[in-house]
Amino acid sequence: MTYIIRRLLQAIPSLLIISVILFFLIRLTPGGPLGALERNPQVTPEAIENMREQLGLDKPLPIQYLSWIKGMLLRGDLGMSYIHYRPVTEMIGERIPNTFWLVGISFLVTLLVAIPIGVISAIKPYSFFDYAATSLSFMGQSVPVFWLGLLMILIFYVTLKNPMTGLPLLPAGGMHTTGQENNLLDTAVHLILPVATLSLVWIAWYSRFLRASMLDILHEDYIRTARAKGLRENTVIYRHAFRNGIIPIITLIAMDLPSFFSGALFTETIFSWPGMGRLFWDAAKTRDYPVLLGVVIINAGLIVIFNLVADILYGFLDPRVKYD
Amino acid sequence: MTDTPKDTITLFSGGFLKKRETPQKRILRRFLRHRLALAGLICLVMVIIGVLFAPLFSYSPTDQNALDTLKPPSMEHWMGTDEMGRDVFARILYGGRISLLVGLFSSLLSIIVGTLIGAASGYFGGWLDNLLMRITDAFLAFPTIFVLILLASLLLAQNLRWLQNSVLLVILVIATLSWMLPARLVRSLFLTLRERDFVIAAHTVGAKDRRVIFRHILPNCLGQIFVSATLQMAYAIITESGLSFLGFGVQPPTPSWGNILATAQTYALFSPWLAIFPGLMIFLTVISINYIGDGLRDAFDPFSVQARK
Repeated sequence: MTYIIRRLLQAIPSLLIISVILFFLIRLTPGGPLGALERNPQVTPEAIENMREQLGLDKPLPIQYLSWIKGMLLRGDLGMSYIHYRPVTEMIGERIPNTFWLVGISFLVTLLVAIPIGVISAIKPYSFFDYAATSLSFMGQSVPVFWLGLLMILIFYVTLKNPMTGLPLLPAGGMHTTGQENNLLDTAVHLILPVATLSLVWIAWYSRFLRASMLDILHEDYIRTARAKGLRENTVIYRHAFRNGIIPIITLIAMDLPSFFSGALFTETIFSWPGMGRLFWDAAKTRDYPVLLGVVIINAGLIVIFNLVADILYGFLDPRVKYD
Repeated sequence: MTDTPKDTITLFSGGFLKKRETPQKRILRRFLRHRLALAGLICLVMVIIGVLFAPLFSYSPTDQNALDTLKPPSMEHWMGTDEMGRDVFARILYGGRISLLVGLFSSLLSIIVGTLIGAASGYFGGWLDNLLMRITDAFLAFPTIFVLILLASLLLAQNLRWLQNSVLLVILVIATLSWMLPARLVRSLFLTLRERDFVIAAHTVGAKDRRVIFRHILPNCLGQIFVSATLQMAYAIITESGLSFLGFGVQPPTPSWGNILATAQTYALFSPWLAIFPGLMIFLTVISINYIGDGLRDAFDPFSVQARK
């Protein structure tokens, strides 16, 4: 318990360092946060001056930072979008569920595929299956996500057609067919390609990691003991080895979860999936800095929190780990 | 890691029975035995030769031909032509120069910075170690791809005179966010090595810190740093292509694999070759580097036993 509190306290300074760096980076940009408006001939200089005052941009930087951090902590306020004049929290809030769906389902698919592959590879190392799985995973680790996504579109949208209707087999982007906003099945069909793209890459990493972890464990003494006791091979593998082999995976998952959101950036961009990543990309193109900053802050927060969870989970799951 | 006792015995007896072999030779022999790594090396060398001697193999990457736009691959244009009638093969070769350059230099930079920070942290310890590692932690908590785009978009918007060149900018941006893992690796190596007898011996004969770090400890880390460098390079190439693909990396008209792919996206539905070939080049290059890294890992690891036959 004291350990948990200490880890929590340790996380705070690193979050602060990050926020200060980002804040100053953005505010010090020449052209300023209102750069996009200043270039718009329809906006008068007086209007810009008014906005500058309204958004508090005329005050000194440290005061701006303090008011920003206070607003963020107390009211969850990440500022106003310079382009849409809407609260950033609201804009991110309405995109987060879409990203969670995409990432969550891809993640389930990843585990369902990667765990069997990793375990079988570890039980029969250097078999044909293991070689095939290893080669495929090397390929998965080397393929750029966005290119994989483009290939998916080329195959399942451009080349393959539904034999009944002659329309593309799978939709290439978006979340709904127009006019079918509440049809879950329709959304599910739209999810197939983005989920396949994301999962393929993760499966490559996870199956290899699980294989290595299981192989380590299968050489442990207690596995030999279990075998010597005359337990059946299945019992040894699933009751003794698998349970221990999965521990590093669980902490890896907790550490990796935030990076899944980053991975979703490319997928969302290519498949026009209206999630946080797509929002970020659109905001980057229009230099909507509060939105960019908001997404980065939320993701940095997630990383710090999940690293914490990973550490705690590890101690909880593996009694051999002792904290002093 | 995966060695069985039998392998270990043959390894050690082999070590005793065989004539003494220099470490360099042993590493080379082990690397050459890793067939996929060798294939990766050959593939990478071919890409490098193609890219370096691009003018010998191809048309000009900028010549436009209004009559020959969006033509599929043919004997004349091996990878077809793009929307302005430019030869895609030529553009990929010239774009490869940029992509490989970015990969090489940003990984080199991140390795150098990472090694220096890790070495200082691991060797001196104490408050310096604490400070450096807190900074490393903070950098590790950045959501990399988002911050990369943010940084790149900020710097591109600034039009700094010394950063006119988007290639240099991308190299710096990628290196800024990828020195942390090498730093941690080198720190952990230094932590174990600084207690070893030969280091203590060096101290005893009065060697200065700088000499101990660079002449005694660092050479013993080179193998692992090398392996980490290959991983960094693969990562840098993928990251550059991703950034350029999203429009925040190398800026057109300078071609890179990523931004060729970005423009290809618009025409991909009807001219798939535009999207297939640049991606294929990234994929081939990165997988080659990954296999080379795998081979190096096996070759440098003094305890590894070749399981691949």
